[in-house]
Amino acid sequence: MIETQSLSKHYGSLTAVDDLSFSVGSGEVLGFLGPNGAGKSTTMKMIAGFLTPTSGTASVCGYDVVDDALKAKQCTGYLPEGAPAYAEMTPKQFLNFVADVRGLQGDLRRQRLSEVHERLHLGKVWDRPIETLSKGFKRRVGLAQAILHDPKVLILDEPTDGLDPNQKHEVRSLISDMSQDKIIIVSTHILEEVHAVCNRAIIIAAGRILADDTPRALEARSRYHNAVRLRVAEQDKVAERLKALTEVASVEQDEDGALVALPANNSLPYPAIAALIAEKGWQVDELAVESGRLDEVFRTITNVAGSRT
Amino acid sequence: MNNVMVLFRRELASYFATPLAYVFIVIFLVLAGTLTFYMGGLYERGEADLLPFFTFHPWLYLFLVPAISMRMWAEERKSGTIELLLTLPITMLQAVIGKFLAAWAFTAIALALTFPVWITVNYLGDPDNGVIAAGYVGSLLMAGGFLAIGSCISAITRSQVIAFVLSLVVCFGFLLSGFPMVLSLFQSWAPQGVVDAIAGMSFLTHFNAISKGVIDLRDLVYFGLMIAFWLYANAVVINLKKAD
Repeated sequence: MIETQSLSKHYGSLTAVDDLSFSVGSGEVLGFLGPNGAGKSTTMKMIAGFLTPTSGTASVCGYDVVDDALKAKQCTGYLPEGAPAYAEMTPKQFLNFVADVRGLQGDLRRQRLSEVHERLHLGKVWDRPIETLSKGFKRRVGLAQAILHDPKVLILDEPTDGLDPNQKHEVRSLISDMSQDKIIIVSTHILEEVHAVCNRAIIIAAGRILADDTPRALEARSRYHNAVRLRVAEQDKVAERLKALTEVASVEQDEDGALVALPANNSLPYPAIAALIAEKGWQVDELAVESGRLDEVFRTITNVAGSRT
Repeated sequence: MNNVMVLFRRELASYFATPLAYVFIVIFLVLAGTLTFYMGGLYERGEADLLPFFTFHPWLYLFLVPAISMRMWAEERKSGTIELLLTLPITMLQAVIGKFLAAWAFTAIALALTFPVWITVNYLGDPDNGVIAAGYVGSLLMAGGFLAIGSCISAITRSQVIAFVLSLVVCFGFLLSGFPMVLSLFQSWAPQGVVDAIAGMSFLTHFNAISKGVIDLRDLVYFGLMIAFWLYANAVVINLKKAD
């Protein structure tokens, strides 16, 4: 259980995190979204016990991160942004060091070390200095360090930043695998990631929570929610016809040239459009119902906040 | 305590994982030897003691200790590992002490490797080994004082060069404050108490006392307090500047 209450952080006159209150329960994978400088990292650093809140409190597994710092840190695994690690050490030395500090001993220690060794595919680089490793491996070493003691709470600051698509996929499936019995907070500015791993998303900007919902519900806020995307030969004529339907509010052309029929007042335009296609016998190359566009929701939400302040 | 040891081992190993340790030790030994034999005239003096050897230690440390201490926290800050270190279940004080002890042990190793000088005087004459032992104790304590200052200053910045220069200046101040030249600046106008206080803050005064073979509790307490004060300041500085 992670709980924050009126958590705030000021740097001089600058307010990085402003009165943030939320709680995350077991089994939840919370995606922390927000533009750069929104306060994502600062919030995570406070929960991980690195920064001290200016005001408000945060607790992890029931331990206050300031008053009961050591206990809170014991049940937390934290991957700082950029996955820092001692460059001159090898993953083996580094993870043994972390195991020492975490007080892992005996069989449990061996078992945990071999588990992260396996799970993060560190075999090839086990005895090479971390400074010589590629970005992907460095990130994996950072993740290994965070999950080594099998923590109840995992805080991952941009875990896939700078990784190639395969590596991203691997990290995401790792997070999904671990999600059942843990509380995971992931910060990201890659929206597709929220879909892939999170079952809850909080959008913050200027240190404040602007939205707190499931990714699906957030998508439903999009004006593209239930929109129909289609690619046909006679674009203009079809567009005219589509506009005439009562379920369709307007028709747009996507960046790649496909038509997108936006629904009018939460209607479902697909049946009507499908019927129309069948009736007219149009040649359709592509036809799909959109679930909504997170990036558009994200922009709308954060821009409104931006113009307000 | 366990955590201090874990950190101590990691830090000490990290010195020897890079060429830094070897470069430092070689330079320290070469300089210590050169100064002792050429400038100190160990042979020419015709006396069986290590006074010419220890006389130069304050000046050697002045340049070499900041070279060790500059990376202690500045590097953690720069590479971001400070965030990792301080989110592990250890206290700030454990982190500060563990790192300090590792650096101190490292200088102790370098100092211990000067043993051929000790063998030389024992071979050539019949020195008072008690005085020599006291000299080593004093030298080690002084290195600890310099290191504590350097450690604190390296926590202020993420630039190792700035840490080096600042540490050197502060250490220089603590060395000089015992010099008659500096004290005479104050003697003309300041009350005797202030002059004594300034002289009392000097590394040199206390080190010289010990290296003459007189281990006075006051000198030990001085270095102990000096180290404790700067390490405490070190922890405070890190807490204040974590966010930068």
